[in-house]
Amino acid sequence: MVKLAEWRGKEIFRRCGIPVPTGVVVRSVEEADGAVRSAAVALPVVVKAQVLAGGRGKGGAVRFAASSEELRSVVVGMLGMEFKGETVKELLLEPKVVVGRELYLSIALDRTARLPVLLASGQGGVEIESMADDQLVHLPIHPFVGLTAYEKRRVGGAFALSTPASTELGRLLDAVWKAFQAEDAELVEINPLAVVDGHLVALDAKVIIEDDAGFRHPEYADLRDDRTPLEEIAREKGIAFVQLDGDIGVIANGAGLTMATLDVLGQFGGRPGVFLDLGGTDDPAKVTEAALLMAKAHPSVVFLNIFGGVTRCDTVARGLVAAMTLVPESDRFPLIARIRGNNEEEGRAILHSAGITALSDLKASAQAVVAAEASRPSARSAT
Amino acid sequence: MSVLVDADTRVVVQGITGHQGTAHTVQMKAFGTQVVAGVTPGKGGSVVEGVPVFDSVAEAVEKTGANVSVIFVPAPFAKDAFIEAADAGLPLVVIVTEHIPFHDMLTMYHYGRLRGVRIIGPNCPGIGAPGKAKVGIIPNVVFRPGRVGVISRSGTLTYEIVNGIKEIGLGQSTCIGLGGDPVVGTSFVDALPFFEQDPDTDLLVLVGEIGGTAEEEAAEYLRHHFTKPVVAYIAGRSAPPGKRMGHAGAIIARGRGTAQSKLAALQTAGATVAEFPYDVPSLVVQGLREAGRR
Repeated sequence: MVKLAEWRGKEIFRRCGIPVPTGVVVRSVEEADGAVRSAAVALPVVVKAQVLAGGRGKGGAVRFAASSEELRSVVVGMLGMEFKGETVKELLLEPKVVVGRELYLSIALDRTARLPVLLASGQGGVEIESMADDQLVHLPIHPFVGLTAYEKRRVGGAFALSTPASTELGRLLDAVWKAFQAEDAELVEINPLAVVDGHLVALDAKVIIEDDAGFRHPEYADLRDDRTPLEEIAREKGIAFVQLDGDIGVIANGAGLTMATLDVLGQFGGRPGVFLDLGGTDDPAKVTEAALLMAKAHPSVVFLNIFGGVTRCDTVARGLVAAMTLVPESDRFPLIARIRGNNEEEGRAILHSAGITALSDLKASAQAVVAAEASRPSARSAT
Repeated sequence: MSVLVDADTRVVVQGITGHQGTAHTVQMKAFGTQVVAGVTPGKGGSVVEGVPVFDSVAEAVEKTGANVSVIFVPAPFAKDAFIEAADAGLPLVVIVTEHIPFHDMLTMYHYGRLRGVRIIGPNCPGIGAPGKAKVGIIPNVVFRPGRVGVISRSGTLTYEIVNGIKEIGLGQSTCIGLGGDPVVGTSFVDALPFFEQDPDTDLLVLVGEIGGTAEEEAAEYLRHHFTKPVVAYIAGRSAPPGKRMGHAGAIIARGRGTAQSKLAALQTAGATVAEFPYDVPSLVVQGLREAGRR
């Protein structure tokens, strides 16, 4: 999933016809100065850190400036600041407005109904999680139909707007639906959707784009957002790779089996540091790449769990042995393998002859991995 | 009897000329499945592994009487491939392809409903009924004819568990891999009635994972409508919130979709919950004994 910064979300909104304030993104004091001097944005302004975490208002990541001097000091204070693990590199400057009312509007996927669902509330500006269910209008949207007039009237009822905002609502709802579909979004959220001088304006924008739709959206290819650098490399190579809090590296084939392997380790007191799902590959080169990637995460010990169904165990074993010779001395890791399925004896034999412990029982292997980690003098932490 | 597929199943493979399509055509045939046609636009008239290739699904259906499609085409083209299969009148389509955008899947699912087409998948290993037919990629070696039904959201983990059932001396009636995506054509709740009605299934193994609420909904169904014993395993107990664990659908979001919630729901519904995947086979034996089926 690609979470977009607020200003990118607002660009989408503008393109789809959702009203947003006229803003400017700045990355330095000079750019902030220039924005005011060129009248791209008028004082007083709100200065919003373009980070992805929520709770910006309370966390000092949204501030106000009434003069050029004040803006300069606010910008200096905010650029480079750490906010919930993110470094602030971009600020969005928008004219400060007087907010009449704050509403909530979003469209997301309802997996159970297999339908997008629109949520609307007349009390916006707070986290959706804190809203009571009876305050929310919950509207499933059929993808072949979109929003109909009676559904829009229900949202209108919840918002209880006066003119002109009430007359703007229908078009705005269509625009939000359009943004959700056209951008392949997992989530489009406007919180708050504000009434300013009687008109509807999206004061914030939260848009999450679905990863799998990347082939339709090359414009988001450079946005890595939530991924660690290693997770990003893995993604480019088509390997599912998730970094966790512990030190044990886990390589398995298939998401379910990899998850189950983490669980079994956890039951015996092991703390997984990397989840690496090889998928259904029997390409030794991919196994080699996976092992090299794992080495970069500096696991204390690696647990390889393969069930050879489509995959041949001997192929995986060969790829792994090849990889181990390529891993630099400083990144070598102890390895315990559990191999079952297609050509399992051959797979284990190949590993044994390369000096790698290879077992067949999952429980015994997991216990061996946990014991191996415990016996290490000082486990390096996964980075 | 079996579920969804049987000895009369005649398979058309969409994307048969690709690496995966060809390799699994060989495996499906080795299983004993009647693979009667392949489709790759532009390659009509050729033959892959003894299977005639057509330019369109409609032509394949007309010439060979295919009644099930399995789709191996790459994600950007999967939606169109499915619409073509639905328009050709096929009642069942298994979609193996991974990484189909869920917006495309929403279109496919709702189009399929209009046309009366059941979808298994996407991002799934498909269906196998030992001695009858296999549509998809579940490895042949794990199967053995028997009376245990299996439904699962995962692939390899299912192979491992199904293999364990074989090794303990039992066999399977039908195994269905529903797929690891957030939107699937057939969920647990959709598949459970088939197993309830199948006279050849004595016990059901349900393999779930974190993300969404499909297991919780399954538990509700089990409680009120399912009379056979159920053994369940849920993967992802140790998964942190907010991380996608390999499958697009395997994510704990906003506190929903945890393994704990699923385990509790299934237990309340009377399912026997396995703590470890390797405990499933012995729990199956125990469940059958208690039900007087063994």
